[in-house]
Amino acid sequence: MLYKKPQIQFYPYIVQRDDYKCVRCLGCVEQCSYDATFYDEELDVLWNKHEACVGCKRCEAMCPTDALKIVPNPSRPYEHASWKWDLVMDAYLQANTGSIIITGIGNDKPYRVYFDHLLIDACQVTNPSIDPLREPMELRTFLGRKGEKIELAETESGKIELKTRLAPQLELETPIMFSAMSYGSINLNFQESMARAAVKLGTYWNTGEGGLHKKLYPYAGRGIVQVASGRFGVSRDYLKAAAAVEIKIGQGAKPGIGGHLPGEKVNADIAETRMIPPGSDAISPAPHHDIYSIEDLKQLIYAIKEATRYEKPVFVKIAAVHNVAAIASGIARAGADIIVVDGFRGGTGATPKSVRDHVGIPVEVAIAAVDRRLRQEGIRNEVSIVATGGIRSSTDVIKIIALGADAAYIATVAMLAIGCTLCQTCNTGRCAWGITTNDPRLARRQNPDIASEQLYNLVTGWSHEMKEMLGAMGINSIESLKGNRLRLRSIGLTEKESEILGVLPVGE
Amino acid sequence: MKKVIIVEDFCIACYNCEVACIAVHSKSQDPVKAYKREGLRGRSNAVVEVESPLAFSVMCRHCKHPWCMDACISGAIQRLDNGIVYLDEERCVGCWGCVVGCPYGAAHPNIAGKDKHAFKCDLCIERLDAGLRPACVEACPNNALLYDETIEEREEVHT
Repeated sequence: MLYKKPQIQFYPYIVQRDDYKCVRCLGCVEQCSYDATFYDEELDVLWNKHEACVGCKRCEAMCPTDALKIVPNPSRPYEHASWKWDLVMDAYLQANTGSIIITGIGNDKPYRVYFDHLLIDACQVTNPSIDPLREPMELRTFLGRKGEKIELAETESGKIELKTRLAPQLELETPIMFSAMSYGSINLNFQESMARAAVKLGTYWNTGEGGLHKKLYPYAGRGIVQVASGRFGVSRDYLKAAAAVEIKIGQGAKPGIGGHLPGEKVNADIAETRMIPPGSDAISPAPHHDIYSIEDLKQLIYAIKEATRYEKPVFVKIAAVHNVAAIASGIARAGADIIVVDGFRGGTGATPKSVRDHVGIPVEVAIAAVDRRLRQEGIRNEVSIVATGGIRSSTDVIKIIALGADAAYIATVAMLAIGCTLCQTCNTGRCAWGITTNDPRLARRQNPDIASEQLYNLVTGWSHEMKEMLGAMGINSIESLKGNRLRLRSIGLTEKESEILGVLPVGE
Repeated sequence: MKKVIIVEDFCIACYNCEVACIAVHSKSQDPVKAYKREGLRGRSNAVVEVESPLAFSVMCRHCKHPWCMDACISGAIQRLDNGIVYLDEERCVGCWGCVVGCPYGAAHPNIAGKDKHAFKCDLCIERLDAGLRPACVEACPNNALLYDETIEEREEVHT
């Protein structure tokens, strides 16, 4: 049919093909999972349906002769200072569909990134810097409740022994962990890659709320298992196998919103792992229906602690929202060992665009506020704080630790490491890079042998950079940087913003 | 003998092995020229078979007892000392005996060009001599084709 709604014509991307370079290998046809490329046998030409292109650049990456370029359509809707082209496109889309706009990845709006307004200190003359290649430099850190004090006792043989029973701790060789992404939202190949990389790095990976696949039990010793509002896959073995348990209250990309894995995506394997019937919708309600107060949360935390014999730390993950400091204080008092604060730039497999782009607060501010509040109340030692949602580089990790976090979770950047191009169509389940899809044709695009190495390389590179930066600051252990805001200065922020972050402006 | 191991779990049907094969077996060594000026389109020794979601690239298995060699009437197919089953295109008379005889479908008839002869994978014999891996293995982005010291030779179904 020639007729189509007129607005479809203002598509955002154009597939530019250099027809001379194109050798008709048909790789692009097979690679495109959005049906934007097809071969016309009669004319021996490859055509593109530009309006179907999502700009994921998979065909461009795989073209053996560099004949393809995906470029923004110069003729996409006109924009001015108020009406950006994507807002115009959204209005067109909703006029055509009448539905909520669903999207993936994280907030892409140009809000201030506080990380980019913080500068790191270095030593000169009076306090020598350290060369991490020549001198010991420690990135090892421990997550978990630290007691008020420790007591030592001397045994009869004169040996000194620890009398206090320490709370369970997670030992991280580098303060970077892989954040929660569930089997279902991503496929098993990617999850296995993260698990393998985490084991090799001496850090942790997170199962997300989709249960732990039987194939991944060998990696569970470095795994954190999630208990979310849908309680998918939660069983005795699940809790027993993991290093720690995380109660997911909220997610930075969709604070206050639940999850929904449509039934058509729930294949036999996902159904078994999630412990639900195949083909049934996997719905995570917005709240936990048994948690309506801090006291209720305390019940769940202690139920899990009882079930795991107090041998495993319990995480509670919340989205960074306006009252995050007070909420974190409540969570600490409810008995959590570790609080995860997920900033509004955190990613997701699917979320309403309106929520993704306009709900929550940045993780930098949230961590600074939570750390300050817990210190003021004298309970900072009771919990560790993990920052996530918007960590883009090793410098972001350094800055967030200086702002008061103990460690960071990464996820979006882990996907970038294995090919993600931020096309924001995770929700379609047709990810051409084979990341956020369980289509067997697409999922095989991630080979765990390659992907786990890429993830390992990324975190190793970051760790080296962090050691260099710590050395420049004259610090030889990441633990000495925790909450050390004096090593940061703000640039281009208002006095109030600097005050909230707890950092001095440059020059002061 | 080391062979190209096909890992069907991870073939993504990108066809890069085919393009690489054609490029290294061309005069120009350039894919665009090989396809467009030397007329080598369709002359890849590795062929990607797709029946979605399954896909894999097939090339000569270099059998210990090659059926194609048994079928060859002109002596064009020989098994070299190093185990490579080599097809001498000059001596091939185009009877297609090898094409019919190969149980893997790895010998192909050149019916498009002027010269009527069969063609098949030579395991990139020149690249191996230069210490390189076969071109298809080098081009595979997802480790679906392997040529590795650590992988033991697997017994072929028919030997």
